[in-house]
Amino acid sequence: MTTFHPHLLERRLGVVRLIVWAVLGVMVLAFFRTQILGHGKYQLQSETNRLRPIPLPAPRGVIFDRNGKVLAENVPGYTVSLLPGPEPNLRATLARIAPFAKLDAVAIDRVLQRARRAPYQPALVLADAPFAVVSALEERRVEIPGLLIQSEPKRSYPDTSVIAHLVGYVGEVTETERSTPRFAPVRLGGLVGKDGLEREYDDSLRGADGLRFVEVSAVGQMVREGAAAPTLEPVPGTELHTTIDLELQRYIASIFPAGQRGAVLAMNPNTGEVLALYSAPGFNPNRFVGGVSPDYWRSLSESPATPLLDRVIQARYPPGSTWKLAVASMALKRGIVTLRSRMPIPCRGGLQYGNRFFRCWAAEGHGDLTLAEAIAQSCDVYFYQLGIKLGVTSLLEDANEWGFRSRTGIDLPGEVASEFPTGPEYYDRLYGARQWTAAVALNLAIGQGENAQTLIDMVRLYQMLASDGRARTPFVVRPVRGAAPLALDLTPDQLAGLRLAMIAVVEQGTARGSRLASLRIAGKTGTSQNPHGPDHGWFIGFGPAEKPEIVVGAIVEFSQHGTAVAPLVSRAIAHYLGLDESVAATLRVTVPTDSAPQPFQLPVLPRLDSVRPILPPIDTLRVIPPPPTR
Amino acid sequence: MLSRLRQLDRPLLAAVFALSAYGLATLYSAGQTEVPTFVATIWQRQLVWLALGAIVAWLMFRTSPRVLEWATPFVYAIAVFLLAVTLLFGTGAGTAAGSKSWIAIGGMRFGQPAELAKVAVILMLARWLAGLREPPATLRQLIPPCAIAGAPCFLVALQPDLGSAIVFVALLFCMLFWAGTKPWLLLLLASPAIGLVLAFSTVAWGLWIAALCGLLLWWRPYFWEGLGVMAANVAMGVFALPFWNRLAPYQQNRLLAFLNPEVDPRATGWHVIQSKVAVGSGGFLGKGFTEGTQKRLAFLPAQHTDFIFSIVGEELGFVGVVAALALFASLVFVLLRIARRATDPFSSLCVFGIAGMLFTHILENVGMTINLMPITGIPLPFFSYGGSFLLACTLGVGITLRVAWESRQSGYAEL
Repeated sequence: MTTFHPHLLERRLGVVRLIVWAVLGVMVLAFFRTQILGHGKYQLQSETNRLRPIPLPAPRGVIFDRNGKVLAENVPGYTVSLLPGPEPNLRATLARIAPFAKLDAVAIDRVLQRARRAPYQPALVLADAPFAVVSALEERRVEIPGLLIQSEPKRSYPDTSVIAHLVGYVGEVTETERSTPRFAPVRLGGLVGKDGLEREYDDSLRGADGLRFVEVSAVGQMVREGAAAPTLEPVPGTELHTTIDLELQRYIASIFPAGQRGAVLAMNPNTGEVLALYSAPGFNPNRFVGGVSPDYWRSLSESPATPLLDRVIQARYPPGSTWKLAVASMALKRGIVTLRSRMPIPCRGGLQYGNRFFRCWAAEGHGDLTLAEAIAQSCDVYFYQLGIKLGVTSLLEDANEWGFRSRTGIDLPGEVASEFPTGPEYYDRLYGARQWTAAVALNLAIGQGENAQTLIDMVRLYQMLASDGRARTPFVVRPVRGAAPLALDLTPDQLAGLRLAMIAVVEQGTARGSRLASLRIAGKTGTSQNPHGPDHGWFIGFGPAEKPEIVVGAIVEFSQHGTAVAPLVSRAIAHYLGLDESVAATLRVTVPTDSAPQPFQLPVLPRLDSVRPILPPIDTLRVIPPPPTR
Repeated sequence: MLSRLRQLDRPLLAAVFALSAYGLATLYSAGQTEVPTFVATIWQRQLVWLALGAIVAWLMFRTSPRVLEWATPFVYAIAVFLLAVTLLFGTGAGTAAGSKSWIAIGGMRFGQPAELAKVAVILMLARWLAGLREPPATLRQLIPPCAIAGAPCFLVALQPDLGSAIVFVALLFCMLFWAGTKPWLLLLLASPAIGLVLAFSTVAWGLWIAALCGLLLWWRPYFWEGLGVMAANVAMGVFALPFWNRLAPYQQNRLLAFLNPEVDPRATGWHVIQSKVAVGSGGFLGKGFTEGTQKRLAFLPAQHTDFIFSIVGEELGFVGVVAALALFASLVFVLLRIARRATDPFSSLCVFGIAGMLFTHILENVGMTINLMPITGIPLPFFSYGGSFLLACTLGVGITLRVAWESRQSGYAEL
């Protein structure tokens, strides 16, 4: 057959060789493109294929009191999560572990939602798994692809509700928070402080999360840990040393009348260090660790007692008679009166001013009093006249200057500003120019009227009185820098005189119940009118009266009168100073029921930004945020 | 016997031994996964198959091409019969679980007749083409060879095993070319397929038809044949697209799954991507023997059969790939040399057909790992695990060795 002549075969062979060479060349080029040029891209894909980053949460910084006692610490806990994967797989896995992990349909949906939000991170199933669940899951590890059980530091608050408002609590970072520069470095699902010190000092407490890589197979089963890529160790948060005296805080919590609402604040008057900050009712911050249960959150946010509210810095109350020291200080500073000055009209149970009769709380009258005596007796008639003498303008001016319509600047989040008129123009707007009289001064002089103070703001006034007349910004960890310096501008003699008057309050005056044999305490009661129910009682005192080391302010809602609150404060002071506080416990309040002036009726206010109506405390409650979705 | 061994073609033996060793090592590595599977010990079984293959090669070496030529019709008949039996009683197994490609009697699986049929078709085509006085010059003369390759091709396509079916077509074209068929005739033969592919773009199809008209006028085949070719092309273009478009997406998928059953249509992309990632992440020197992470962690599908070359790319890198391709190329070139120097047309066609079969498998399998070729699960010679195909290869090697020996004995090799 001629077609197989070697010459012809050689020709065909040439063609075939050419084809084979061409095909080989194309293949080598294709492999070159994939393996050499595309190496980086495919290398990365191969790594992401097999490596799953697992965040290693950093332990938050421990929070200590002033004596090194622990306020917030970390205890070992277990989290159960699932490595990322397609949703149907996750759903199947969750259904498989549901009986052991006690997951209901809602919990499963929450996990899937979490997985959708952060698709490249392990989806948290149980933030705080009990050991029984962990061991049950560990036994079935082979059947559960992508199961990840991690030992993680868990926040713990040994004193639970006693320190709840002070320390706050932690929770999962929200989307809104992460959009702010402060929380931008927090990973999705990371924990941040939500309130209190945890919030304020979150940047230093948080630390930096570590990262480790686990190797997974194509079906998502974890194959190996650690070996694949170096682990980035977490950097623990820094410790936080506070000025709190945990012992005192516990004591205050133990003597605070059970079931009552109110707050207690203890400070060192000479430095501004906060020694105790207690608000009742409290809540259990441990319940927030690992995600607050919706039921517990509802019980907190819907309770009429608003346990989440820090009544020290977030609630405003009319200051009542505690305010009289502010008015007395203003008058002394301006040289209008001395401590021995008497008013023209002695107290006969009330004062006729214009066409109105302003009553004193003691219907039988106090008679002719000096300023010191008037403070001790809390005589309203004396202070009505002092208010007129001082004048509305001066009163408003000094109150504004002394920070009675601003925040103190304590290093805790969510402090609200006290409320007070800015100046006479407030009344011009309220009633119209020249439509009001000096009668407003009568109300302002006894702490009623358009005046609502936070406990911390009032305690600062007494801190100034207890020290050299200068304000120390209260602080829990460190003083806020750049705070405007406040001072009462009183002479040491005037301060000493006021203190003596306040000693008289405790020893003979309205707060006789709080007198301690071994200790001289100075202080002042107050009763704030409450249109919604029984009045709120105030007492702010300091001791020892001669050389004050501690100033304690307390408010108890619906306690009718400040005299009921006085023993609380005096016992706290005695306890702090290491004296026998049991004496105070046996004393009885012997002061008659307060029946101070009629409640000030708020007129309908014009809607002006500069005019902020003073509302009763119930309306000043901060808005409760929606529950954290964990 | 020892003297006979010395007379064997050394380059061919060297290439085959090197490829077998390389393939066995790769197969061993394929079993080294994080979660051990049956693949872990598969290299030992492949060793047994290699030994069996050596015996088969030896037996074929001892068989004269004349005996082979005489036996060819019977071999072909048996192969077609086995394919028909497989279609009726076959089972799916291994990585070809989706198609009825295994012949089994009483639960015992005896192998995939399609692989044997490839050799049978080579022999049958060689016998028929060698008997011609002149190479086929008309389409009518191409009908018998088309039928020889078409029958097993059709039976295999029904299994369905598209990959092997394509191999039969490739064998037909290779051997027709080697027998001296004019390239334009081959182009006319292939034109309906080209028309079918181009039918999905109206412009390309129009240009193709116009070009075909020109070519028909230029080459001037018989009138009726030219008309038939034209009609086939037009029919492909006119009916393919409307027919395809009238199908619902799930029907299209089902059709694709029918044409290509090894791969679940939804998972197709995943396989290619994982293979490309494996090859690409290998880089220049690779991740090290048995250290490929894509393979170890089971990201690589069918790593011991269809995608075994991805392991070479991942673990030994570009260097390993080029070395393997060089070995394959040397094998093909040795085969081509032997085909060129064969003493008679039958031997020459046989060896060329074997070279064509190996080359088609290499091109398709290696190209598939980096997405140059569509995924059709056909094995890589001497690498992929599987007894039937390995025996088919060694059968071919044995025949080739005999052909090389014959031409050397006759002094023809020195030409």
